[in-house]
Amino acid sequence: MRGPLFQVEDLHVSVESKEIVKGLNLVVDRGEVHAIMGPNASGKSTLANAIMGHPRYQVTKGRVLFKGADVTALSPDERARRGLFLAFQYPRAIPGVTMVNFLRSALRAVRGSDVPVREFRTMLRETMAMLKIDEDFARRYINDGFSGGEMKRAEVLQMGILQPDMAILDETDSGLDIDALRTVAEGINSLMTEDRGMLVITHYQRILNYVHPGFVHVLFDGRIIKSGGPELAHELEAEGYERITGASVAGEVTL
Amino acid sequence: MTDRKVTEMMPDAYKWGFHDEARYLFRTERGLSRKVVEEIAGIKEEPQWMRDMRLRALEVFESKAMPSWGPDLSAINLNDMYYYARASERPERDWSEVPDYIRQTFERLGIPEAERKFLAGVGAQYDSETVYHNMREELAKQGVIFADTDTAVREHPDLVQRYFGTVVPPADNKFAALNSAVWSGGSFIYVPEGVQVEIPLQAYFRINAENIGQFERTLIIAEPGSFVHYIEGCTAPIYTTNSLHAAVVEVIVKKGARVRYSTVQNWSTNVYNLVTKRSVAYEDAVVEWVDGNLGSKVTMKYPAIYLMEPGAHGEVLSLSFAGRGQHQDAGAKAVHAAPYTTSVITSKSVSKDGGRASYRGLVRAYRGAKGVRSSVRCDALLLDGDSRSDTYPTMEIDERDVTVSHEASVSKVSEEQLFYLQSRGIDEQEATKMIVNGFVEPIVKELPMEYAVELNRLIELQLEGAIG
Repeated sequence: MRGPLFQVEDLHVSVESKEIVKGLNLVVDRGEVHAIMGPNASGKSTLANAIMGHPRYQVTKGRVLFKGADVTALSPDERARRGLFLAFQYPRAIPGVTMVNFLRSALRAVRGSDVPVREFRTMLRETMAMLKIDEDFARRYINDGFSGGEMKRAEVLQMGILQPDMAILDETDSGLDIDALRTVAEGINSLMTEDRGMLVITHYQRILNYVHPGFVHVLFDGRIIKSGGPELAHELEAEGYERITGASVAGEVTL
Repeated sequence: MTDRKVTEMMPDAYKWGFHDEARYLFRTERGLSRKVVEEIAGIKEEPQWMRDMRLRALEVFESKAMPSWGPDLSAINLNDMYYYARASERPERDWSEVPDYIRQTFERLGIPEAERKFLAGVGAQYDSETVYHNMREELAKQGVIFADTDTAVREHPDLVQRYFGTVVPPADNKFAALNSAVWSGGSFIYVPEGVQVEIPLQAYFRINAENIGQFERTLIIAEPGSFVHYIEGCTAPIYTTNSLHAAVVEVIVKKGARVRYSTVQNWSTNVYNLVTKRSVAYEDAVVEWVDGNLGSKVTMKYPAIYLMEPGAHGEVLSLSFAGRGQHQDAGAKAVHAAPYTTSVITSKSVSKDGGRASYRGLVRAYRGAKGVRSSVRCDALLLDGDSRSDTYPTMEIDERDVTVSHEASVSKVSEEQLFYLQSRGIDEQEATKMIVNGFVEPIVKELPMEYAVELNRLIELQLEGAIG
């Protein structure tokens, strides 16, 4: 028996006792790219953090299934070792720890064994070249003093090194100019294969010009209120969230 | 071996807590008196001036109260302590001449191996006396002197008498006075004009006996245009009673010379480590203190730089790690006595399991010291809610034309940082280590590679078992 790669079942998530995600269902199978679009405060980042197991995001009901196993109670590192990945909207700086040491430690942890130096170097060089990242980048400290664009490239670089089976990209397009967006999107596309799944979480449609989801879901007030094909993204772009959500969306801004 | 068991019970797996059943050739009686001081001077067959200085210092020591402005020192019982104990005849130049059990201890500590691999000279002190001292021959040919201080008093009396006690006079503070009265061992380094000692010299200090005080005395003289890097390390057995380490270090750096002094302090957690370290820097001279404090019960240590002539530059990199029951009161002093002198003080402390780390520092600029620049940065990292960090910066600026900055931060290992690393497959303990190692990286990277590795390993040992 082979179930779906990734499944969220009736997920409820609270932050400091306030329910943010209110019963969300989602199935992502191998070879599929899904997009979740939603206005500000719809629960996008809460969903991403809860899927990865952030201790402050409490799952009060429902579960997350990955490769047929319930991972809801697992630590974030255990989820990562099973092949789950989150590209952060706001990556954290770790001063004093170089990217290269970090990537090597992470790869060792995910593989469960040491990585030969030569293999690692080749991998790093090639992934960095694909993302148009300078070589000296590897010697910088994790996200320390990175520009917004550098941070997002660094997230995709990590994804490229760790080669996860299922990646969640949380607003990876924010803070990128158009050239950087194209490069990052190309990197993401090159990592998408038919045995992997991907969930792109975004406010704006523009990243979907480059990364093409087969499924688009609209998130509003902690629930998916509409699902469809790629045309749904264009519809949102043309008409805004208000039309679909039927509500006044606070904080909505146009590009 | 009961000492092994004690070591294993220690929460932080202190690996150097074993002790030898040493056979002491001589030991003074418990407690401190004029008789004890005279006995020490007598054993060493010292010149009259040194004997007189010891006795004057004893009077100063007795006249001064215990310092009460810092950590709690009330558990030190000065009357119950031995002030001098010798386990070997003389400093040997060949490890095979060192008594077997002492040599084995230093082998366990990795000293002879380090000497072969990457040091230009080594001194090894066991309780009160130096048991081994040697330096590469080519340095001796260039006129470099690296000896234990007792030998230097005998063989280079003029040099010692000229400089001894000039940087840290006996009356400086109670423990400097104590050291001046009962000092034994330590390193004497003389680097002639223009000589660059490219490979570090190292001294290793080992306390073995219970209830003992170790009072080494170190004097470094760098003649104009010379360079030397001196490294010291230290460990002790774990006893239920307290030991005392009260060293005095004096460093004289003449015009255009540079001295780097690195310490990896790893005393067991029953040692009171009360050390006075001070340097004077003349025209265009550079002094660098790299001070790592991981061990001890209480440390009070504030390496000082007196910038005496224009162009002198001083740096202090201070790293302290305070675990359960430890109080690290560390810091730095920069005294700008001349115009156009500069100093940089960087302090990093990590506290965990209720440990307490304090930064205590002084920046002083005298009137007329124009164009002085000084920057102080101290960062503290707390690993849990029980631990504590304090900052006591003092600035005494009597000149208007100076640029002085002070920045301080206290942070906790944040949930967000841990989550970020964990989301990449790295478990919580490893993630915490990475964050701590990253935090101390600016200081660790200043150490020679072998010591940086050692320091990182010590930090890992400190962290192990403390998380989860």
